[in-house]
Amino acid sequence: MEKPFVVPAQADSVCQPPSSLEFFVDRAFRALARIGVILILALVVALVFEIGRKAIPGIQKYGIDMLIGTVWDVNQQKFGILPAIWGTLYSALIALLIGGFFGVAMAIFLTQDFLPARLAAVFRTIVELLAAIPSVVYGLWGIFVVIPAIRPLTDGLHAAFGWIPFFGTTLSGPGLLPASLVLAIMILPTIAAVSQDALRSVPMKTKQAAYGMGTTHWEAILKVMVPSAATGIFGALVLGLGRALGETMALAMLVGNSNQISLSLFSPANTLSALLALNFPEAGPNEIEVLMYAALILMFITLVVNVIGSLIMAYAQRGAR
Amino acid sequence: MSNLSSVLSAVPSLQRKLEGRALRSILLSALVWISALVASVPLFSVLYMLIMRGGSRLSLEVFTELPPAGFEMGGGFGNALVGTFVMVGIAAAIAIPVGIMAAVFLAELGPSSKLANTARFAAKTLTGLPSILAGVFAYAMVVLTTGTYSAPAGGVALAVLMLPIVVLTAEEAMKMVPKIMKDAAYGMGCTRSQVVWKVVLPTGMPAILTGVMLAVARAAGETAPLLFTALFSNYWIFHEGQLEVMSPTASLAVLIYNFSGMPFDNQLELAWAASLVLVMIVLVVNVVSRIVGKPKF
Repeated sequence: MEKPFVVPAQADSVCQPPSSLEFFVDRAFRALARIGVILILALVVALVFEIGRKAIPGIQKYGIDMLIGTVWDVNQQKFGILPAIWGTLYSALIALLIGGFFGVAMAIFLTQDFLPARLAAVFRTIVELLAAIPSVVYGLWGIFVVIPAIRPLTDGLHAAFGWIPFFGTTLSGPGLLPASLVLAIMILPTIAAVSQDALRSVPMKTKQAAYGMGTTHWEAILKVMVPSAATGIFGALVLGLGRALGETMALAMLVGNSNQISLSLFSPANTLSALLALNFPEAGPNEIEVLMYAALILMFITLVVNVIGSLIMAYAQRGAR
Repeated sequence: MSNLSSVLSAVPSLQRKLEGRALRSILLSALVWISALVASVPLFSVLYMLIMRGGSRLSLEVFTELPPAGFEMGGGFGNALVGTFVMVGIAAAIAIPVGIMAAVFLAELGPSSKLANTARFAAKTLTGLPSILAGVFAYAMVVLTTGTYSAPAGGVALAVLMLPIVVLTAEEAMKMVPKIMKDAAYGMGCTRSQVVWKVVLPTGMPAILTGVMLAVARAAGETAPLLFTALFSNYWIFHEGQLEVMSPTASLAVLIYNFSGMPFDNQLELAWAASLVLVMIVLVVNVVSRIVGKPKF
């Protein structure tokens, strides 16, 4: 085989052209790296394909009835997931309201000169540790700390404002509010981290210009910094929503798993992920088809939200450049 | 006299007054301080509960004994600890090589190729994949094919969750390697794979390790993907002298979930102790990754 590179004139030079073996190893390694990338794409395709294929029997048998049905009864072969879809969206939205507020507040707090550098590092570590705790531990904590802690408050709200639909029932152990609270804690680190990046990417000059025009610290934050970083913060909220929609364990342990549609924050509810977690281990072949259908719906909802979030983030980064 | 005061009132006061804009600033500052403190409460509450309720039960025997049944006293979660290590090990063995190879391509070999852009978007979308869907996927792929709940099925589910974290962090790590170092290697006649092996990977290794360890920490704490892939088991994975990989396998996370719903105090205490152990593992990995990943240049 002809050597692909020219041999240098002096044999004692440090510069050597690659030997045929090195040339071959290089090609093999690059092919391997390409296979790694293709495997990622294959994984995504396989995910959609496998779950979609296993869901087809369920879709053919129950079709749209399952999406609008409200009864889940294995003995009667009735499978309706509308309450679970409702619970998924409702709990995620409440979690987003709470977690979004605290997450963005935390991001402002950490980036807008409220703290000396060392104290800011402490709070940053706290937020990162919040993200590191496994969700099943949050679930356990929710059962034994959150539910007892909010019970007096919820009883008081129900007694005083029972005519408002949000407070229409009493909290009998697990329910939508404790689940959403824990969910909010779990999405807070995501929202805080991505919002911080967005706020940091606003040029220093922009803020100095605002101060130069005589704004107070907070006028600069609310009228200049936050609007400049708005796209990134919005992306952070959408990504947080995506996480909340897909979170499983805290909800399976705290939401109460009752198939009902209610506006009340204190009533037990159900979510798609909790439905899957609770029914999959003991499901018969017939139920598996239905659960695969539900998994497909969950994948569709989270995929749409996450893709929107990623696109917003990409747009924000392009704008910042 | 009245003339002078009217002139003075026309000049804006330079004194700070606690009204209007200044007052609003102080109120808002108080609001973010309170929000930040409130947001920190859960972490300390979780840690307090883990230490008080889990720490009191922690002893040597919880690491060596099997989970207790119904009304039994004592017992531990030794098999669950082993199961967690086995399944995270399987997941790491799949996700780390594939992830780093893919990251090499994304960072070095074809950073702006169509394939790379598609794969990057796919990896970002995968990070938002609900963990339970990784379980559903592994169930469809492995459990239905092999016909049994097993440790490899759990490992595959965890690998799906680890892969995007490894890919994206390793890619960032390799991009941080200064371009002049690579150019010097190319100038000496290195092939592209030699540049990757001898310059990019060694230089980026601390940051790559950080990403790998974060992925491992996340996988160790995952519960949902294991619920119906590895299921649970009350026995050791080494049974009567042989390794029974193709059978249901216990894990710390699933043990916590199962025991949290039980009406027995013994099991609840064990759930808290297992949570403490799990959080300790996750936090230690996190802290070590931070020390390892500190940039040296």
